[in-house]
Amino acid sequence: MSKPSSLATIGSVRGDVVAAANTNEEQYVTFTVGNEEYGVNILSVREIRGWTPESRLPNLPDYVRGVINLRGIIIPIFDLRARFGGGTTEVTKRHVVVVVQVGERTRGILVDAISDILAISRDQIKSPPTMETGMVDSQYLSGLFTAENRMVTLLDVARLFAVETGDDEHSNQRALVN
Amino acid sequence: MEDLQQFKQTYFDESGEFLAVAEAGLLRLAPGNVDLDEVNAIFRAVHSIKGGGGAFGFSELVAFAHEFETVMDGVRSCTIAVTDALVNTLIRANDILAQLLAHARDGTKPELGFADPVVVALRHHAQTAADAVQESPAPSTPATNLPETVSRVVTVRFQPKADLLMTGNDPTFMLRALTHLGTAEIECDVGGLPTLAHLEPELLYLQWLVTLTTDASLVDIQDVFEFVSDDSLVEITEHSADGASPTASPSETDEAAGGAVTPGLAPATRTEATVATVAGAASPSQLALYEASAPALAAGDSKAAAGKSSTAGDGAHLNLGGHTIRVDLDKIDRLVNMVGEMVITQAMVAEHVRDLPPGQFQELLEGLEQLAQHTRELRESVMSIRAQPVSSVFSRMPRLVRELSSETGKDVVLITAGENTEVDKTVVENLVDPLTHMIRNSIDHGLEKPDDREAVGKPRTGTVHLSAQHRSGRIVIEVADDGRGIDRPKVLQTAIKRGLVQPGINLSDEEIDNLIFVPGFSTADKISNISGRGVGMDVVRRNVSNLGGRIGVYSAPGQGSRFVLSLPLTLAVLDGMVISVGLERFVLPLTNIVESLRPKATDLHGLVNRCDVMMARGEYVRLVYLHQLFGIPDAIVDATKGLVVLVETEDGGRLGLVVDEVLGQQQVVIKSLESNYRRLDGVAAATILGDGRVALILDVAGLQEMSQHARSPASRSVADAAIQLPAL
Repeated sequence: MSKPSSLATIGSVRGDVVAAANTNEEQYVTFTVGNEEYGVNILSVREIRGWTPESRLPNLPDYVRGVINLRGIIIPIFDLRARFGGGTTEVTKRHVVVVVQVGERTRGILVDAISDILAISRDQIKSPPTMETGMVDSQYLSGLFTAENRMVTLLDVARLFAVETGDDEHSNQRALVN
Repeated sequence: MEDLQQFKQTYFDESGEFLAVAEAGLLRLAPGNVDLDEVNAIFRAVHSIKGGGGAFGFSELVAFAHEFETVMDGVRSCTIAVTDALVNTLIRANDILAQLLAHARDGTKPELGFADPVVVALRHHAQTAADAVQESPAPSTPATNLPETVSRVVTVRFQPKADLLMTGNDPTFMLRALTHLGTAEIECDVGGLPTLAHLEPELLYLQWLVTLTTDASLVDIQDVFEFVSDDSLVEITEHSADGASPTASPSETDEAAGGAVTPGLAPATRTEATVATVAGAASPSQLALYEASAPALAAGDSKAAAGKSSTAGDGAHLNLGGHTIRVDLDKIDRLVNMVGEMVITQAMVAEHVRDLPPGQFQELLEGLEQLAQHTRELRESVMSIRAQPVSSVFSRMPRLVRELSSETGKDVVLITAGENTEVDKTVVENLVDPLTHMIRNSIDHGLEKPDDREAVGKPRTGTVHLSAQHRSGRIVIEVADDGRGIDRPKVLQTAIKRGLVQPGINLSDEEIDNLIFVPGFSTADKISNISGRGVGMDVVRRNVSNLGGRIGVYSAPGQGSRFVLSLPLTLAVLDGMVISVGLERFVLPLTNIVESLRPKATDLHGLVNRCDVMMARGEYVRLVYLHQLFGIPDAIVDATKGLVVLVETEDGGRLGLVVDEVLGQQQVVIKSLESNYRRLDGVAAATILGDGRVALILDVAGLQEMSQHARSPASRSVADAAIQLPAL
């Protein structure tokens, strides 16, 4: 389990991703939250940054950590552990924020550590089982992948935190405009 | 007239963009590939060019644009079939429009009849659809059938007072302006120059004689000297085209004291050799430039007028720009963001340097000091690019109103207020169209004819109020008229007729009023030159919602209607007070703050066992604990140990906001929370403080609302209900 948390690594991989776009393979950035490993499509990851203190937002559930200043724009930070019912993360300097881009909107996801970059072909992705009591609504999952005896849960970034972020309102507004 | 020139420039800049839009759309238009959105965009582009042209009195342009627009209207309503021939005609029409614009910009006249073939073709297309469309009033005069003015020779003697330069005026500007009116031959008379020993470097000893070949009116020429007419002698003499007997110019500038217009100036002797002598006096390089740039043309040769070179326009890509450049707002945004980051980084470095042992790094410290200063200036410059008072838009309106008033035969007075309200450039730019349409709508549809007004006991003159103000972190612009109000039965009937509303559906008055914003809706009985094509209010709503704004209409039958436009102040600068509660910091808009004070225990009065009310200056003020409202831990709970900031809401209500500390006043840049997140109760926007941390800007009206909910026992559930939690 290497720990390529530097931006340079991710950046250099991007080129390969574009090249591999025609094949069936897609690359995923995986990260850990507690003992779980999650992955998001590398194309939606804008950057990975160290933890910087957030400014809290009033009267919101614990998984909305607050907002930070990302080079002049203000983005919300979500605590993935808290969102999946694991309680609020006690942040240290080693925690990282995965900044993802969904459409024109940017948001940060607080995770424990970056774990890997995996090339996964579509037929290797198994659809998630229907979870009746699970903490994660299956609509946020795009699939499961098994790598070297460990299971990686692939997340659908577009849906994840879409409700909290008000993406629906945003897109409704846009729909009205268009 | 200088300011009108500025608006003209804006109009030409915008028209250039519209032409490009129209051309791009036309090039994609083909039989069987008709995108109605695209067609609408072309139609709007032409409509906007026509509308603006009307305001400036470019009659040929408007006449031609009207023909063009009529055909586009047919295409848009599907009464004119899209054929290859039609598309070709339309593209040619777009080119003609570009050329007409170029002529209008340069003040030159197009060749007689150069647009006629296209006009004929356009009318042919319109005619084929005439049975389907309401008869459109084609202008009685063909587009180019206007009298051609004859170029003539005008001599201008310009003898400025010696202290002209001290008043901030520069004769070179006026001379340059003259060269824009036509072909100018400029001679400088240096006879007044004293010897070097007596020369006062700040005084002006020169006078000029300009032989101008132009078709501009005398008024245009006099306008050039408008700002110096008080302290200069300006003589304008007109000769006929052949340069024969001089004719006296009409003395229209009587009110311009000192701007004497004397006929029959004796031709001055040419003082060529003196031009070189001038060097060292006023501005030699510029004068030399005039000699070089103004070609020595024979007087009366009207064809090679200066500035005509770009009129050859064989496409829509005409350079209509001037002294300004138009920059993509995204680029400015990026610049603004980067400068903000720089300020923060600089502050951070400065903080670290402060910890260095004193006396050792003097140069470093000095360098940092300079850096700080430059950064501040940079930031101010960048911000000033964006923030603008709405007056630049408002001041365009009186003219529009005047034109509309004469076109519709209605007496209208426009009253404006709040012109100095500053708002972001995006907002200012995008206000023009909505405001133009709203005012047109008010005058065309809202106000009655003078006789009708008198009949219902109103003054013959109708009034349109236009106002702007900041309210709760938004700018609110109102256009109110005292006309007849919205004719609801007629609106409903039309909407049903157009299939916009199912018959039999029960709509509230408000819903009916809002039907006027639906695309394709228009109640005008006949298509007028002003409005009535149903382009107006849907464009307004589109532009407004593009800006993240809202538009509402309030109407009282017989009393008038009021359009209320509310827009966010994206990126506007705000004077704020930084306060802290617990570990969090917030910004309170300074405009909301009355005062801040630390109350004594005797000032506080409990209502139902809580310190709910405070006595401040003889008034009871309700206290709102920010830490309670926002659920912030580790805050000061006792108002007598913290501070109370007395704030006032827009409707005059007062609140005492209990906070820990007031940290200081600061200008902050408003950042949107909504672009990446969503709106929050009690929060107007966010900003970035000097240390790079985000602080929320409080919305006082929202806080008041929240605190009213919070007083009921169901407070928490109300706050929680605001977030629709997804099913887990």
